[in-house]
Amino acid sequence: MITMDGYLYYPGCTLKTKASDYEESAMAVMDALGKPLVEMEDWYCCGAVQSLTTDDLMHQLAPIRTMCCAQEEGENELVTLCDMCYNVLKQANKRIKDNPDDLETINEFQDEDPDYLGDVEVYHLFEVLKEMKKEIKKKVVKDLSSLKIAPYYGCMLLRPTEIAVDDTEDPKIMEELIGLTGAAVIDNPKKTECCGSYHTVNRGDIVEKRVKEIVGRAVEDDVDMIVLSCPLCQFNLEYHQRVTDFDVPVLYLTELLAIAFGLEVGLKKHKIDPIKKLKEKDILE
Amino acid sequence: MKVKRDLEFLDKVEELSGQSVNACIRCGTCSAGCPFVKDMDVLPERIFKKIVLGDKEGILEQNTMWICAECFTCSVRCPRDIDIAKIMEAVRQIVLREDIDKVDLDHIQNLEDLPQLAVVGCFRKETA
Amino acid sequence: MSDEEDKKMIDIYVMGRRYKVPEGLTIMTALEYSGYKYVRGCGCRGGFCGACSTVYRKEGEYKLKMDLACQTAVEDGMFLVQLPFVPAVRKGFEIEDVDPKQNDNVLLEKYPEIARCVSCNTCTKACPQDIKVMDYVQASLRGDVDRAAKLSFDCIQCGLCSIRCPADIKHYHLAQLARRIKGRYIDLESSELAKMVEELQEGKYDEELNKLCSMSKEELKKVYDERTFQKEG
Repeated sequence: MITMDGYLYYPGCTLKTKASDYEESAMAVMDALGKPLVEMEDWYCCGAVQSLTTDDLMHQLAPIRTMCCAQEEGENELVTLCDMCYNVLKQANKRIKDNPDDLETINEFQDEDPDYLGDVEVYHLFEVLKEMKKEIKKKVVKDLSSLKIAPYYGCMLLRPTEIAVDDTEDPKIMEELIGLTGAAVIDNPKKTECCGSYHTVNRGDIVEKRVKEIVGRAVEDDVDMIVLSCPLCQFNLEYHQRVTDFDVPVLYLTELLAIAFGLEVGLKKHKIDPIKKLKEKDILE
Repeated sequence: MKVKRDLEFLDKVEELSGQSVNACIRCGTCSAGCPFVKDMDVLPERIFKKIVLGDKEGILEQNTMWICAECFTCSVRCPRDIDIAKIMEAVRQIVLREDIDKVDLDHIQNLEDLPQLAVVGCFRKETA
Repeated sequence: MSDEEDKKMIDIYVMGRRYKVPEGLTIMTALEYSGYKYVRGCGCRGGFCGACSTVYRKEGEYKLKMDLACQTAVEDGMFLVQLPFVPAVRKGFEIEDVDPKQNDNVLLEKYPEIARCVSCNTCTKACPQDIKVMDYVQASLRGDVDRAAKLSFDCIQCGLCSIRCPADIKHYHLAQLARRIKGRYIDLESSELAKMVEELQEGKYDEELNKLCSMSKEELKKVYDERTFQKEG
């Protein structure tokens, strides 16, 4: 799945604003690894959550339109960073592959655009990084062995099973990638539990309870930071610590890799400042 | 209490979800793994029972399907391979398709703090 | 009348009723020819004000079309209806409070319904100005005010996009906000403008303006037609 010049990259809306730390660090890390992410010329908001009813094709339009854009750019592989985008694009793509009638209906509706043929595959960045472990290890220049890190997967990388990047109940991909940096990986039994997702919009109380459990467990285990890849989990786990006395920064995995590579990117938009912790550990000056 | 049976409701849920509600054996695995049960009026498997009974009114007055955040934990664990997230979605859709919003779009707090995917996700699940 | 008698007459249907009108009229003039009088829904007659949004269907076609009545010629067998204005809410704002550097989701905050966009592209198809409406809504959602403003530059606020949108987005108000933010915070300040304002305040153009104000309509027309443009710089 590696093209000569890098990977065709679908950002998703949030990576352009609130989660720009993620995009910035991922781009820098992939540049350092010699496989840059090349943003698609055109793309559309995926819809964030997959629409699940059998008759609803309206909400499959946006992801399919985006897949069609990749096809028209002559690519058959697409890499995403955001877990929600990954989940929706992958589920929508699977749906039309399993149901050719749905694809036909969508293509007919979008009669002003080229037909999507269903040949584009969606990958999450972690799947790409997993194949580059040796290269990653070579790029590590900072000693992160003093850091205790809890990986957090959330939902969208692992469920439903058909689109999971790893074992649904016992994933290891993040542990392996974090391990490459030399940091200590602390297992978090809450790592695959939902953070409360979009309830942050109008039911913050629900998310607060989730955050107390998930981050609370990390605090019990005395971890220095939580590492993940979903911009919504990142927001929820940091923002809702405001009702607790916790103080655990939540980093994107690519931010951690960037630190290990000695790259000065990301770490700008956190609600809980990770730089303080990194200075305490003599990782940043 | 006597339940007013609405078997069309059962049919509609099965049609929209593509799932067989009758396959449920009430083992409770869905509720045991659900991270949101504390906030639900009734447990997910109780919703199944109500759907089978055609108790539309009894379901629509519960908050269960609105608390479900589509995390798919129940769906991947169900020993009867029922995609429970799809059942919850079907019940939500039956309400939303009557042009009823569950979130007041014009009065959201802290909108400037919220990442887009939270707002997009919420509106997809809670607006008509 | 002789001119019109020479012209080919075609059938149009206005709100279900058939009228014979000469070929070559715009929808607007054809409606007037048919005996209707515009009380509103008609402004500049030149394709700029966006007041005369109209919906039509051609015989044998399933698609509804949207256009401006003053800019579209009637065709034989056209079914027509004029739209009243679109009662879309425009959110108020203080220009000092919408700095995109302070709030990277400023457009979403003012118009949260853009998060409901499903990329169906109905808005783009409805636009009589051939604007990529869906693309500027998408740009707005990802916080790209500059792109939203550029893409929507030709918008005349007719509202056809908003009346067709299944997500109830107020596209044209959103786009106007994007352009205003761009003007205030993104575009470079023009040194010529500052100089011009200063000169205006000093009264440099008072005499010229007074002269224009005292002219008759005919004189003004002559001056306008003979105007020349100063070279930039």
